[in-house]
Amino acid sequence: MNFPYLTLITFAPLIGAGLVLLLPKSADKTIKIVSLLASLFSFGLALCIWSQFRPDAGLQFVERAAWIPTLHVDYYLGVDGLSITMVLLTGLITPLALLAHWNQDRSVKLFFFLFLLLEAGMFGVFTALNFFHWFIFWEIGLIPMFFLIRIWGAEERTYASFKFFLYTLAGSVGMLLAFGFIYLATGSFDFVQLREIAQTGELGRAIGVLVGDINKTTGLHLTAECFANILFWATFLGFAIKVPIWPFHTWLPDAHTQAPTGGSMLLAAVLLKMGVYGFLRVVLPIFPDEVAINLNILLFLSVASIVFGAYAALGQTDFKRVVAYSSVNHMGYAMLGIFAAAAAAPSVKDLVNEKAAALNGAVLQMFNHGISSAALFFMVGCIYERTHTRKLAEYGGLRKIMPVYAGILGVSMFSSLGLPGLNGFVGEFMVFKGAFPVVPWAALVSLIGLVVTGVFLLLMMQKVCFGPLNEKWKSLPDMTGREIFIVAVLMVFMFGIGVYPGPLLDASNHAVVNLVKLFERTPEIMLTLVR
Amino acid sequence: MEHAEHLNHLASQQWLIPFFPLVAAAIQSLLKKPARKLSATLTIGAMGISCAFALRAFFATLGGGHHEEVARGIANFTWFKFGTTSLDLGFVLDPLTAGMAAMVTFVGFWIFVNATGYMHDDENFTRFFCFLSLFAASMLGLVVSNNLLLLFMCWELVGLCSYLLIGFWYFKPSAAAAMKKAFITTRVGDVGFFIGILMLYQHTGTLNLYTAEGTGALQQAGGLATLTGWWGLSVAGTIALMLFIGAMGKSAQFPLHVWLPDAMEGPTPVSALIHAATMVAAGVFMVGRMFPVFTAGAGDWVMDFVMWVGCITAVFSATIAVAQFDIKRVLAYSTCSQLGFMVMALGAGGFVAGQFHLLTHAFFKALLFLGSGCVIIGTHHEQDMRKMGGLKKYMPITFWCYFTGYLALSGFPLTAGFFSKDEVLLETFHHNKAAWGLATFAAFLTAFYMTRQMYMVFAGKWRGGEESHHGHGHAHDDHGHGHGGHEPNEVPWNMWLPIAVLSIFALFMGWLGTPWFHDNLFHHYLAPEEHSPEHSNLVLWLSIGVGLFGIFLGWLIYGRKTMEHATDADPLAVKLGGLFTALNRKWYIDELYEATIIRLTMALGVFFRAVDKAVVDGILHAIAWVAWGISQVVRLVGDDLIINGSFDAGCDGVRGSGRILAKLQNGRVQNYLRVMAVGVVLLLVVYFVK
Repeated sequence: MNFPYLTLITFAPLIGAGLVLLLPKSADKTIKIVSLLASLFSFGLALCIWSQFRPDAGLQFVERAAWIPTLHVDYYLGVDGLSITMVLLTGLITPLALLAHWNQDRSVKLFFFLFLLLEAGMFGVFTALNFFHWFIFWEIGLIPMFFLIRIWGAEERTYASFKFFLYTLAGSVGMLLAFGFIYLATGSFDFVQLREIAQTGELGRAIGVLVGDINKTTGLHLTAECFANILFWATFLGFAIKVPIWPFHTWLPDAHTQAPTGGSMLLAAVLLKMGVYGFLRVVLPIFPDEVAINLNILLFLSVASIVFGAYAALGQTDFKRVVAYSSVNHMGYAMLGIFAAAAAAPSVKDLVNEKAAALNGAVLQMFNHGISSAALFFMVGCIYERTHTRKLAEYGGLRKIMPVYAGILGVSMFSSLGLPGLNGFVGEFMVFKGAFPVVPWAALVSLIGLVVTGVFLLLMMQKVCFGPLNEKWKSLPDMTGREIFIVAVLMVFMFGIGVYPGPLLDASNHAVVNLVKLFERTPEIMLTLVR
Repeated sequence: MEHAEHLNHLASQQWLIPFFPLVAAAIQSLLKKPARKLSATLTIGAMGISCAFALRAFFATLGGGHHEEVARGIANFTWFKFGTTSLDLGFVLDPLTAGMAAMVTFVGFWIFVNATGYMHDDENFTRFFCFLSLFAASMLGLVVSNNLLLLFMCWELVGLCSYLLIGFWYFKPSAAAAMKKAFITTRVGDVGFFIGILMLYQHTGTLNLYTAEGTGALQQAGGLATLTGWWGLSVAGTIALMLFIGAMGKSAQFPLHVWLPDAMEGPTPVSALIHAATMVAAGVFMVGRMFPVFTAGAGDWVMDFVMWVGCITAVFSATIAVAQFDIKRVLAYSTCSQLGFMVMALGAGGFVAGQFHLLTHAFFKALLFLGSGCVIIGTHHEQDMRKMGGLKKYMPITFWCYFTGYLALSGFPLTAGFFSKDEVLLETFHHNKAAWGLATFAAFLTAFYMTRQMYMVFAGKWRGGEESHHGHGHAHDDHGHGHGGHEPNEVPWNMWLPIAVLSIFALFMGWLGTPWFHDNLFHHYLAPEEHSPEHSNLVLWLSIGVGLFGIFLGWLIYGRKTMEHATDADPLAVKLGGLFTALNRKWYIDELYEATIIRLTMALGVFFRAVDKAVVDGILHAIAWVAWGISQVVRLVGDDLIINGSFDAGCDGVRGSGRILAKLQNGRVQNYLRVMAVGVVLLLVVYFVK
């Protein structure tokens, strides 16, 4: 057994949360420091495993112990190229989100407690390799976020928090049932094992047997393909709501807009990635045939997220809602890259590398969006703290009195826009580079989104920072040192990845190539699968 | 062989050319207090060093003069790896790059010097020079790049700098609108560029243009011509068309030209550097860089398309320039028009003619824009030509420099513009007579509107000061070189010296590309493997003729009797009536876009917002209501019916997401945990049943 890095990463925030509970309610400062240290401890460990991570190997830092033997459930942790960047991202964003609330004075204890709980949930999702405890972590993330929105949210917090909670929960129920059936068919909750038997076709056969039993007892006439498809869509829905993919996205603008700044940062930067990650870890490996069969619908939904998301962002009048909708748009690019990897395009030469480009781009896009959306939400929070309004029409000319703010907002905005030299460009380019030869129509239609993204972001920038100064704000202070520090950390990543994306792509490449290979099987095997 | 190795060695140092301005920009972005001296020194110094490196590279490429083929140094490297391959980038040194880099650094250097004067009193002096440095870095990166992706990245950064500098006086609503317009319009073109890149990458497997092994994208261009692309084109043709759409955005070709005139909201040195001499030429440069792809699909209609877009732009913008009153707007439309000439030449197959006109135009248009900047400063921020007049008396140095630029642009015999424009017309003549005819008409218009401008600005009597004007709105009023009332005065040396230097080039640079001199030196330098176009006396004399006729007509209308008062009607407006208004309003293209594309885009935004609110959320709320209703019914029918409470919990889980249910918030977590528990129980049951 190696040193249990992943367990420590995951449980350090929980221990921190426990400590916070023990502290007296009035010890605000101590609570904040303890929370920050706990999250920094996890971040330190995340950096540790990042530095030891071998890009050319599969699962690493594996921890495995029998947990519920009767159910064959193991406590099974590990990271590979798909999750290592997400662990790093979670570790990075949480302390920054905590710092963003350093001046919080309302119910500090509960607030920081919930934050740490949330962090543990996120780490758990990205490190777990067994559905059983993976799902527990997946759901744990919901509770603190619900309260963060419900208690510290803005004016519409009740509606937003319930919508977020119920919607996501409803999505998970279907997924839970689907995995119940898969377990029934295979006796396994193990992602790695499920992936292997899906690859050999055993999973299809097992589902066929299960469907036979169901038909016998119920008198239905389900076919194996149909049933596998139902399982796929149930799982899809759970993840699609989380990503969110159009049209399951309307919880997002409400939740993001109403959540407190740090909550929005974590929601956008990390929680959405749990959905995308689910597609990489669960959907593609376990349902490769169903993805291939439904590919056109899936591609349409991705393209719709990109294009409709961008247009909807353009129609917003609320600063934070614009940023929120940009997430729908940006996650669409990641989904496009992921589904492109499942497409059959025998005429394309060098297909594996094209798909590898698309998937690498999607993984990078996940990280990049984490950086830029966290920065943008933080910037919205900064200005909201000062003006107590989010209406774009009420700003104007802020660059005059807050030049530092305007400069940083500009950098974050261009990072989100995908300007070369900043992080966003590399991911988007790779997604398109791979998607264009494989699924040309989807890539071409998505390019509309690229223009509209530019339009709404620049319009947003213009309304906030340019034009004549709104006299109401003429005495607003510029950003404080703490605030600058938070974005400066993010900006280091924006520039760093934009110029030198190599390390991140190296990290994901091995896992990505293996995923692509799942879609390379010979038709004979596919045929037996369908049978 | 030794020479080739030397070039490769120099190519591996090409990154130094954009590096120095980049460092200068980085340092200045961190300067907190306004440090004018330091800032100007850094910017100009870095550009000077870059210029030295560019010239070193330039002279090295001259050695290839006797070869039959273009001598080219290449330095490629890997950016990152993916799959089983890698994405490579690279730098190149060949005549095209070397000439362009030398021009950009040299012209840029003098523009920076001029800018120290123009921006003398601006409170954001440091930031301005920071942006200028960043611009220079991006533009030079674009020029020395041996990779289409690297070129595109610099291309976008150049667009960013343009955005930042157009909006330098961001507090003006017009500037705030113009900066956005420029970025978005060019981005529309960039989508085409992007598709071109993706196609090229797909079919050649590399984006490096040249490699030593001969596997570069351009070296494979011939193979692309044999594959079938879109719209009856070969793949090479399709790629060329897509790349050209990008060039149309950047080089302000009709119908994507609308951003360029609005870009005059930026400070005048910006107009000179970005919107006349260098950035807008990037589109033309890119087409030149990718020329093997354009010519590969010989049977394709792409080249004709390129030529006609250029031709239409040349004529179209020239007509608009005739009816403008803003000194910078006239020049802006003339830039559009001249870019049209270059593009037309490229479309006619005249690679050298297009690039040559690009180079000469850069010098004399930078001169004209800087000259107009001098005029604007000299007249204390007046841009309306009707309120100028008689400046020859007040600003003699500016006048004489401006005059040389005017001659060059009008194509007056033996000036730089004359030779390059003649080459352009000659190429077009050999290719398509109709386009040549239209272009000759555009050349006539050019001479005419420039004469109009000369007379309005420099001749007659000073018409300013008739009414008070407060022009710009930025703090320029306490200007350093005392102004007696509103009398114009000559600008300081740091403003006139650059235009004096540039005017030498505007006068004499054309001799490099004349057929009378060593059978066209420039042609041999840039494309030694092909012959320069056959000379034609008809083209030559007609070109001279229309130029002189334009000047004559300008004198007839504007020179014989100069304007008396700023409020006088333009004599041409009296004659042309409604047509003049249409020209003045730029053929109502902006209004057309406003009424169609822009309105549609904004309407779609509102539409999709409404769809989310009404349809998507509507369905969601309906589901929530139904679920809530069922759970109510079930509860009324009887809780006892429910065996293990799972049903209840399930209903709770999904019911009601509306505000109405807010009061039910308590107990949610318990419900949640119940669902979890039920799930676990369910799984256990399932397990044991099995």
